[in-house]
Amino acid sequence: MNFLDQYRNPEMVRRLADRIHQRSTRPVRLMEFCGGHTVAIMKNGIRQLVPPQVQLLSGPGCPVCVTATADLNKAIGLARLPEVIVVTFGDLLKVPGSDTSLEKVRAEGGDVRVVYSVQDALGIAQKDPEKSVVFIGIGFETTAPTIAASILEAERRGMSNYYVLSLHKLCPPVMKALLDSKEVRLDGIICPGHVSTIIGSRPYEFISRDYGIACVVSGFEPLDILQCIEMLVKQIESGQPKVENAYPRAVRPEGNKEALKIMESVFEVSNANWRGLGEVADSGLRLKDEYRAFDAEEAFEISQRSVSDPEGCICGEILRGIKTPLDCKLFGKGCLPDHPVGPCMVSSEGSCAAYFQYGATSHER
Amino acid sequence: MCLAVPTLVKKIDGQEAEVETGGVTRRISIVITPEVKVGDYVLVHTGYAITVMSGDEARESLRQLTELAEFM
Repeated sequence: MNFLDQYRNPEMVRRLADRIHQRSTRPVRLMEFCGGHTVAIMKNGIRQLVPPQVQLLSGPGCPVCVTATADLNKAIGLARLPEVIVVTFGDLLKVPGSDTSLEKVRAEGGDVRVVYSVQDALGIAQKDPEKSVVFIGIGFETTAPTIAASILEAERRGMSNYYVLSLHKLCPPVMKALLDSKEVRLDGIICPGHVSTIIGSRPYEFISRDYGIACVVSGFEPLDILQCIEMLVKQIESGQPKVENAYPRAVRPEGNKEALKIMESVFEVSNANWRGLGEVADSGLRLKDEYRAFDAEEAFEISQRSVSDPEGCICGEILRGIKTPLDCKLFGKGCLPDHPVGPCMVSSEGSCAAYFQYGATSHER
Repeated sequence: MCLAVPTLVKKIDGQEAEVETGGVTRRISIVITPEVKVGDYVLVHTGYAITVMSGDEARESLRQLTELAEFM
């Protein structure tokens, strides 16, 4: 069932783009929430394929980018402890904290390791029982169940040296916070594909019902995204916003019940700090009381330093969809992938990195 | 970050599976997709299968897309 080539068929892409041009009669503002979509849109030139009146805005769906500096400082503080091995996903390594980064701490002798699989973090803890292994749990609902599963596995194996710093974030609550802020006016939302494999498409219903905004869950291939945009434009033109699913091969309306069960057995909803948005109610996950033994915040004394965000960096406003990377005076000058100032240039899914990588220019605002 | 790759399940061994992408074989956890069978495609994220892909839905989507593209 390898259909990927068909979802990248240039002739189909052209025809679907033509179809959107036919359908679209008025200006619409669509937000792609997910960083993966931002990259796919830039990489496949989707902005150039859709009519000029279809405006695509990037949202806060890049977990690395939305990690607040104070939380990053906690991860850095943990990496400085001699008895701790910090394990993380690669993108977090270069993000500047208040005065250093995980990468610099590693260069100074801190034990910081990058993994691509949560299983590998457990492996590291098992191999080095004298050390405490702290997994930096960043990610949305896609990642949280896998980290919850790792905690259940650690418990099953009777491990006492595996901890998680839970910086997980939840999508629907932050969407609500963005809409309630009224800073950005939207007609439609390209809903995240892989988050929706877990939570399903139903949790977005409040957006179409209460805010009158069209929602379509999308996959990540060029045809997936164009189909999603076509469906959004059709909904908006007809004046009947609802939630639709343009990614049914991976997403069911009810999501993945097993994943939700595992996630909810280990984590409970809590407030969370977001870069650019501050504290958002009920938008994070913390370890439940019965799993507190695995909570890095409980287990270690993490020194809190003063928090300062990088001077001149507008990542916060970019994440809220009110500015684009092209509005930042540092973009492509003082802030580059090789020496990034802010997280949106560090993360491979950050808006600034995607704009830079795929050569967005000022006339594409 | 929420990147996930469609991967073919070759072998199931308890709560783990052997999968293949582009000729590379590796082991993943299927603890959150217990319904998975050999021959299924799954989306793999951070070493875990997060959803079982539906071939029928993929075919149906392509059929709809073709219809949409032809209806010019």
